[in-house]
Amino acid sequence: MDLNHVVDRIERFLLPLLSIGLALILFGFFCGFQGLNPFDVYASIYSAAFGHWSSFQNTLLRAAPLMLCSLCTILPAQTGLIVIGNEGALVVGALCATGVGIYAHTFVPFIAQLLIALAGCLGGGLWIGLIGLMRAMRGVNETISGLLLNYVAIALLNFFVEGPIRDPASLNNPASFPLAESHLLGNLPGMRVHLGIVAGLVACLLSAGLIYKTPLGFAARVTGGNYRAAQIVGLSVNRLMITFGFFGGAAAGLAGMIEVAAVHGRANDDLVAGYGYGGVLVAFVARQNPLAAIFVSVLVGGILASGGILQRVHDLPDSTVLVFQGLVFICVLWSDSFYGKLNSLIPQFIQRNRHLKFNSLHASEDVSHG
Amino acid sequence: MVEASIDNSIGWLSVVIAILAGVFRGSVPFLFVSLGECLTEKSGKINLGLEGSMLLGAMSAYAVSFHTGSALFGVLVAFLVGLLAGLIHAALVLQPRVNDVAVGIAMIIFSSGLAFFFGKPYIQPKAAQIIPLNFGAWSHNPQIQSALSLSPLLFVGIVLAVGMHWFFCSTSWGLLIRAVGENPVGALAMGIPVNAFRFWCILSGSGLAAVGGANLTLFYPGSWIERISSGQGLVAVALVIFARWQPINCLYASLFFGGAQALGPALQAAGVSSYYYLFNATPYILTLLVMVATCSRSGTLAYMPEALGKDE
Repeated sequence: MDLNHVVDRIERFLLPLLSIGLALILFGFFCGFQGLNPFDVYASIYSAAFGHWSSFQNTLLRAAPLMLCSLCTILPAQTGLIVIGNEGALVVGALCATGVGIYAHTFVPFIAQLLIALAGCLGGGLWIGLIGLMRAMRGVNETISGLLLNYVAIALLNFFVEGPIRDPASLNNPASFPLAESHLLGNLPGMRVHLGIVAGLVACLLSAGLIYKTPLGFAARVTGGNYRAAQIVGLSVNRLMITFGFFGGAAAGLAGMIEVAAVHGRANDDLVAGYGYGGVLVAFVARQNPLAAIFVSVLVGGILASGGILQRVHDLPDSTVLVFQGLVFICVLWSDSFYGKLNSLIPQFIQRNRHLKFNSLHASEDVSHG
Repeated sequence: MVEASIDNSIGWLSVVIAILAGVFRGSVPFLFVSLGECLTEKSGKINLGLEGSMLLGAMSAYAVSFHTGSALFGVLVAFLVGLLAGLIHAALVLQPRVNDVAVGIAMIIFSSGLAFFFGKPYIQPKAAQIIPLNFGAWSHNPQIQSALSLSPLLFVGIVLAVGMHWFFCSTSWGLLIRAVGENPVGALAMGIPVNAFRFWCILSGSGLAAVGGANLTLFYPGSWIERISSGQGLVAVALVIFARWQPINCLYASLFFGGAQALGPALQAAGVSSYYYLFNATPYILTLLVMVATCSRSGTLAYMPEALGKDE
């Protein structure tokens, strides 16, 4: 632990906090221009997001799909891919889960739930795996193919929901046949929060273990850090990209399955609620670290949960939440450009070996952040 | 029997006319936003936030036109608002280590939030519209007449596409922008202010996208609702690849996407509803297939700016 390292640690902790503070100040001005007292608005957001146990449950409900969706960007990012096909993977996962759920209508609940979850993971996994495959085999840019596949997935959802699996009873808002009542995922004991939050936490922890503690994760980080070097040391970079794409897609697919099996009970247009793109941002704000993604998801979930109270108490439209969320993301992304600045403020004579250490530090950084 | 077959033929004719209307009327936003994206990407940066710029442009144009009664003024204000959105985007992505894809998505959230926030009072009222140019007077068919009542912005866009082609190929500034997009390090060594070029490209690209948005609210469909842009700003990224980063091709691709977009609803109106949504996905699948077919394993497409999506 030399001085530079300590300063770097402090910086990593301080910068996100400062940028959220800046976002709060900017949002305060925004509210001020609307003739509101910014501090009242802050208090409302805090109480709606984290104030009481019951409001914190609302936050957790929204944080769960964000955690899972963020993994869809974080895992492929280890191998150097920037994937934004999360929305598509979520929708395809939900669609596969619904299909299997309808087919397994009469199965024993536990078996059926297992099959539904597997279908969701497999659907989402193959969807993002396809993006990795196209990148590996044909050099197709993964960001753009992911974007295109999002639209294809939404078209598929609309096609199935209005066609082959449409429930004739759903008139104005077309939806699929519902899953059997007994197959729905229940809430955690004594809470309004469903199993999704457990799935999100476990998935994030498992991903962190995979990335930082296993040879496979190390190989992926080497690939993301330096593609050529990884090739030269004999890593099968293509297989790594496809595998991590699959894992990431599986997480987003699981989010889709949970939206179906725990929230809506069936597939319909409500699945396209922006959790996918939200997950992309969570991943970037968390600097592609699955453990940080847990906290960022809870924070963003809290912001999303405060929409109702802003409307009721302050008469602000629900788009206010979007403005606030956008400001937070913009400020945090901007803060990325400040990393390393604090270290350069330390006087030269204190850090005689600075150049060498700085380099080695950044080499390890590059590996972990792509 | 005879009556049925006549009905049927009118049905199919109206599908063709509806697609024609999509080609000439629905393509204008695509044209502007894709030219904006093309300009941005030529300088080596991606802007996914054009979706947000479009929404801001659509809202501000409608609001200004409602208050002043002048659609032209609305379009101008939309352009300025687009420049402002581009200013934020450029200020962020030109910093070191800031990822342009992530900023783009953050900008979509922020701009759409602003557009919905300030646009709320304008969902009901009716604003002054852009005066159309009628090319359908020769026909007695009202459907053809309305399909050929075109937005003047279409012609502005066509001139712009041709002008941009000339700009990139034959002017020194155009060549410099391409140099910045192909090889920023080399350009910097030549003494070209790389970030200044990118700054202005991102700004004007965003402004163009906002004009495309203005066409949505002030011409076709012609009113302000929150879902009005329906992802067209994001589609522009695909469209530019489809057009191989060539402004003239952007024009053709926009006409094609406009027509493709109209295909689904037209078929639905004609009674073919089962594959409606799959038809909606055709442009995306087609773009994807084009990419798979033409990409190479080295990861570069022909004509793609070399520095696109790479952090220096």
